[in-house]
Amino acid sequence: MVNEHKLPPVGELAILTMTLVVSGGIYMAAHIPDDVPTLLPTALTVIAALVLAVNVFMLSRVKRFAWPIFRQVAGWSLVGYGVISGLLLWVFIRDAIPNDVMTLLTASLVIFAVNIPLHFGFAVARYQPVES
Amino acid sequence: MEHTQTITGAPPLAHEGAPAVPSFEIIPVKAIPLVALAIAGLVAAIVSEELWALEFAHVVAGGLWTGIDLFVGLIIGPILGRLSPQGRVEFSTRFMPKMVLLMPTLVAITLVAGWSLANHTGDIAVAYPDHWWLTASFIVVGIMSVIALGFLEPANLAVLFELKKPQPNPELIGRLMRRFVYASGITGIMQLATLIIMTRIATW
Repeated sequence: MVNEHKLPPVGELAILTMTLVVSGGIYMAAHIPDDVPTLLPTALTVIAALVLAVNVFMLSRVKRFAWPIFRQVAGWSLVGYGVISGLLLWVFIRDAIPNDVMTLLTASLVIFAVNIPLHFGFAVARYQPVES
Repeated sequence: MEHTQTITGAPPLAHEGAPAVPSFEIIPVKAIPLVALAIAGLVAAIVSEELWALEFAHVVAGGLWTGIDLFVGLIIGPILGRLSPQGRVEFSTRFMPKMVLLMPTLVAITLVAGWSLANHTGDIAVAYPDHWWLTASFIVVGIMSVIALGFLEPANLAVLFELKKPQPNPELIGRLMRRFVYASGITGIMQLATLIIMTRIATW
């Protein structure tokens, strides 16, 4: 049995999180190498982290769900997108980006690396049969 | 030995039986060393700080990303929509697993090499209004990322897992494939903007 209709809006919130993180990243990248005003990207990153936390909490409350498939997809996605985030982080560190901006970029990449596996795992597991 | 699964829930077809799903791997494991090699090449290019190596990584990966997006979105997508259910299943089980590994690798190499290249050449430090071309490229890539990671890739994975079921749901596969093709089409069209921006930056 697939319980799609009972599930929280994990996909929608994951896309919102992604949009917030990407917007903050674009704003910062558009200012580098000049001084980056950090107020807006900080606000976007904090909101993204909150939305992600709410999303994880809501999904964790779901009892009847194809958790083994979710863990399989999310786990492998975490490996893949962890590598991509790590590469980006390494390049930013090499380019000696200022500390305050670097902190924000690191936070954004961590949110990205957690949010994408959550989204992929949910997108697959929602259509999988639930073990009784 | 190839084994097949019959989609018993498929709608009746006029000239053929229910689509049979060939055996396939969701992640083509044999290609993972090639991905690792490509990433190692990227790291070597960045560490070397050689202009040619950075240019090569960015242009080759970016060209393939742009070309594949355009080709899939504007050529393969419409063809896929006109194939028989059996043809769609045969094509999808061979094509989509490759995309699971290929596209994230190309995107990662393009972005990381592009950022390093822009730092190396000093393009990143160009003042506005010329800097708007760079900002425009960030915006286009950002929108494409949200579409690809938010809609395209999850649909791709969900289709592959659905096809692995003993009795895949053809209606669900059709819905997810439409999402995949539309998302590919949108990113394909957005890649035209990338081509304009990148050729403009390259000729500064």
